[in-house]
Formats: sequence, C-alpha cells, structure tokens
Amino acid sequence: MATLEIRDLHVSVDVENGTKEILKGVDLTVKQGETHAIMGPNGSGKSTLAYSIAGHPKYTITSGTVTLDGEDVLEMSVDERARAGMFLAMQYPVEVPGVSVSNFLRTSATALRGEAPKLRTWVKEVKSAMEQLQMDPSFAERNVNEGFSGGEKKRHEILQMELMKPKIAILDETDSGLDVDALRQVSDGVNRVRETGEVGTLLITHYTRILRYIKPDFVHVFSAGKIVESGGPELADQLEAEGYEKYTKGGAAA
Amino acid sequence: MAEAQNIPVGSTTAGSIAVAAESTTATRMSAPPSFDVADFPVPHGREEEWRFTPLARLRGLHDGTAEAGGELTVQVEAPEGVTVETVDRTDARLGKAGTPVDRVAAQAYSSFEKASVVSVPKETVLTEPIRVSVHGGGGTAYGHQVFELGAFAEAVVVIDHTGDGVLAANVDYVLGDGAKLTVVSVQDWDDKAVHVAQHNALVGRDASFKSVVVTFGGDVVRLHPRVSYAGPGGEAELFGLYFTDQGQHQEHRLLVDHNVPNCKSNVAYKGALQGQDAHAVWIGDVLIQAAAEGTDSYEMNRNLVLTDGARVDSVPNLEIETGEIAGAGHASATGRFDDEQLFYLQSRGIPEDEARRLVVRGFFAELVQQIGVTDVEERLLAKIDAELEASV
Repeated sequence: MATLEIRDLHVSVDVENGTKEILKGVDLTVKQGETHAIMGPNGSGKSTLAYSIAGHPKYTITSGTVTLDGEDVLEMSVDERARAGMFLAMQYPVEVPGVSVSNFLRTSATALRGEAPKLRTWVKEVKSAMEQLQMDPSFAERNVNEGFSGGEKKRHEILQMELMKPKIAILDETDSGLDVDALRQVSDGVNRVRETGEVGTLLITHYTRILRYIKPDFVHVFSAGKIVESGGPELADQLEAEGYEKYTKGGAAA
Repeated sequence: MAEAQNIPVGSTTAGSIAVAAESTTATRMSAPPSFDVADFPVPHGREEEWRFTPLARLRGLHDGTAEAGGELTVQVEAPEGVTVETVDRTDARLGKAGTPVDRVAAQAYSSFEKASVVSVPKETVLTEPIRVSVHGGGGTAYGHQVFELGAFAEAVVVIDHTGDGVLAANVDYVLGDGAKLTVVSVQDWDDKAVHVAQHNALVGRDASFKSVVVTFGGDVVRLHPRVSYAGPGGEAELFGLYFTDQGQHQEHRLLVDHNVPNCKSNVAYKGALQGQDAHAVWIGDVLIQAAAEGTDSYEMNRNLVLTDGARVDSVPNLEIETGEIAGAGHASATGRFDDEQLFYLQSRGIPEDEARRLVVRGFFAELVQQIGVTDVEERLLAKIDAELEASV
C-alpha cells in the first residue's frame, strides 16, 4: 500500500531581502485509501505544502524529508514525481496556448503509462470521464485552461485526476470559486477516484463546505507553517462553529 | 487582367509599365526605391535599414562583390490551367508589384538573367497548390519570380527553399480584382545559406492576399515582405513563424502600404529563439496614407526566448496620415519561457524536454490555426514538430 510520509519539512521562498521560511516542520503520513483534510487560514502555508511536495521551483526545501513508499520524493524531478504516482490539482492552473486539452491529456497519459494509450479505448475513457463531470465534448478541442471559467478549470483538474489514477492526490483549494452545483460535480469526481480505494487524498481547503461532499478520515489544522492539531471529522465541525481564531491568536500555534 | 488594375492610386507610371508607389517616409530608407543597383550606396551598417544586419555575413551581396555562378534549381509543379514560363529580363510583367527598396534587392534585379512567371488565368480556381522548389547547390544566385492571378482566380502557392548557397531575389505577387492568393514560403536552408529577398504583393480591388513566411534555416535570412493595394476593398494577411537557433540571423521586415481607401491588413509574426547569438529581427511598418480612409490594420509580433544568449529586435512602426480609419494598432512582446507552464505540464508526468516542445509547438500552433487553409496548417505543424524534435 502506497504511503506518503512527510517528516519535519521546512520550506523557504526567496523574498526581496533574503529568504522567508513558510513551512516550519510539517509531519504528516497519508496512506492509500485515506482522505486527509488540511484546513487553515489564508497565509498559513497550506498551498506551499502542496507545491513543495509537487516540486515547484519557487520553493526551497531547507530540511526534512518527503518519501513515497520509502523513495525520496525530493530527489525526483517534477515529472518523475507525477510518474511515481503523485498528483496535484491546482488552485490556479495556467493556460497553455495552442495546446488542446485532448493533445495534453494524451501526452500526459502516454508519459504516465509508459506507452501511448490505445486510441479507441482512450477516446472512450476520456469521453465517459468528461460526461460524468458534465463537460461538453467540445471542451477537448479547446486550448488548455485558455478562457476556462473557474468551474471549468477545476473540472479539468479533476478530469485529469480521474484519468491519471494517482496513488496520492493533493487537491489545493479545489472548492474555491465554485458554486454549489459545480462543487457537487467536482466532489463526485473526486469520490469516484476515492471509491477505488487506491488513492490517498490530501484535501487542502479554507472552508468546511467541501467536506460535506468529500468525507475526510482525518482533519488537520494548519497554522503558521505547521500542523497544530489533528483529529477526526469532528474537528471540521468544531472549525465550522468556532473558526480559526483559536489557532491564529497564539494558543495552540505557540 | 486589365492593365488598369495594376495602377494603384497615387502611383507613378513609367512608360507602359505600371509600378506600385513606394514610400520612403515609413521605411526611412537611405535611398529612394530603384531597379538600378547603382542608385544605392554600398551600406556601411549604420543605416536604419541595415543596422541590425550582419553585413560581413552577406557574402558580398551588399557591396557588388558577390558574382553569380552558383547552382540554383527552381522547379515548379503546377496544376492544369496554370502557365509557367521562363522569361528574359525584358519581359513586361516583371517588377510590377514593387520596386527594390534596398541595395541587395536592386542588386538582385540588376543581376538576374532569367525570371520565372507563373500565371493563373482569370476566374480559375485551383484545387491543388502550385508547388515551387528552390534548391541551392552552393554559390551565389540572383533570382526573380512573378506570380500573377487574373481577376477572381484563386490559388495556393507553396515555395520551399532548401540546400546551400547565397541567394538574392525579388518575388512579385500580382493579384487581379477579387483574386485570392495564399503563399507559403518556407526557408528551410542548410546552416550556411544566405537568403535575402524582397516580396512585393500588389493586391487588386476586393482581392485577398495571404502570406505565410516560415523561416527555420540559414546562416542569414533577411526577407522583406511588402504589400500595397491596386484598388479599394483589398485584404492582406501576413503571417510569419521563425525558429532562430544558435548563431542564426533571421530578419523579417514587413511593410504594408495602405495607399487606397477601405483596405484591411493583419500582420502576425511569431518567433522562438534558442542558443548563443541567435538573433531575430522583426520590423513591422504600416503606413496609412492620407487617401486611405476606412483602413483597418493590425500588426503583432511575439517572441519566445528559450535560452540565454539569444537576442530579439522587434520594432513596430505605425504611421497614420488620416484620422478617418476603422482601426489601427500594433503589439510587440518578447518573453522568456514560462516556467509555470513547464511546471504544469511536468506535474502531469510529461518530461521536461517534451514539455518544452509542447509549449513551443503551442506557441506556434496558435498562429498556424489562424491560417485557415487546412492542408497548409497540417504541413506547417508537421514541419514545426520536425524542427522541434531536432532542436529543442
């Protein structure tokens, strides 16, 4: 069973006059089949955690380890991490002008599966995944993320998650900017992948709303660059009722 | 086609041959246009029209020392109904679409021995392209080609330049009323080739001219696509793609001369550069003369710099002599490779080199998608793929 282990992770970014430490010792273990929600206020470093694990060049790991089944993830290039089974659904996926969704998906699938998927089954696979996410077939001919609405971008991210079948999926604020219908469709997509029992999910969110559709096994509160409290789904209910103030005004964050 | 169609508003006529008016204002040339090389001083390199060009690499094309004698094979494959002729210098159809505007173009006009004239009779609509292969076998050559479309004729011309050599040439496109011409000129030369050419298009009343210039190869390629209009209602679209590698100099100097009312022009050139001393130059001149009311014009140049050590000079110029126009604008931007795009693609398992190719291909594909001739689009994308496969 695949396991992602994050140990004492410290991460910095370059700022105008030097560097700034964003992550200050994160410890977390995510196993295949589990769903972990990471909740925290804006600026607490949740997205930094997601992008650091995915290998974004902006972030410098200053200490700590990230391993997937014992393999050193931090030693891998960005694409190697994806091929090892890691997936990041981004909050703000970029436009790639002139590259169609269908070309992009097929190129990605070819890289991840080690060979080009058979055209006939592939077309079916994409079509049915798109239908389930209520995406119009014409979507495949559009350029990646170009002119996509917020909801379309998120659907496109989850479409990729469904097609790529990762071992570990990190969803960075996938719920942000979605209306209730879109949120439900996107959550249904995530749940279809979760129901296979083959993905460990790290759900990063500011709001508890998405947790009504995607039920976490564990909830972690993130504040000032680390996990300050962990618990079961009941912790989310507490956050819903009380907000993050307890964690941001000293208290447990100290 | 009727003689009158070749006389644009505001042009001068010399004898029985009509010639398009040339502007010295918009182009800031150091000498007025002329067919005679003697009318141009030998450039020293500081002139506005030569300041970006490495004269020392022109193999003497600019100073009269490049003697003809090289091997150049020109093959024309044309569908039925098209006339292909090889003619003498005295043929009245030569030089009608424009006059040489710099010394090398005038040198070419003063030096060529035989010209080729390809004519599509009026109202003939070709379903297959006219294919022209220009292959250099080394040495210096001077050339002149004319493509003439009669009124309401429609044609696609694909010109491939391959091989090695030093070529200076003028190419004329003369479009009759309502004619539609798409020309794809691919510069796929070997590494040491030098190619300097002026392309003159004279667009008839209500005619459409579409030019697609694709430059991959060569040591120095300097092209000068120019458009003027013989009557109102004409449209010109000038598309260009270039991929400038280490040490290459690729220069495209456009001029659209809006000399009559109610014409349109759209210029869109995109280039990618990589490697030490890769140098791309794009000059986009648009002149809207006082008479050209109702003009609608736009020009755009985008460059994607893939590595350190490459250099782009991109200079759009818009000169407007009347306020009564539908639109006029220009844009120029040169950017580095976008690391966020690379990260996104890599995060989906796509290896870095493939991700880079995908982004560059997309950058060009965006332009290719605008060409609107499926066959041409597919050929170009295949060519771009091959170029990227070999070099990125």
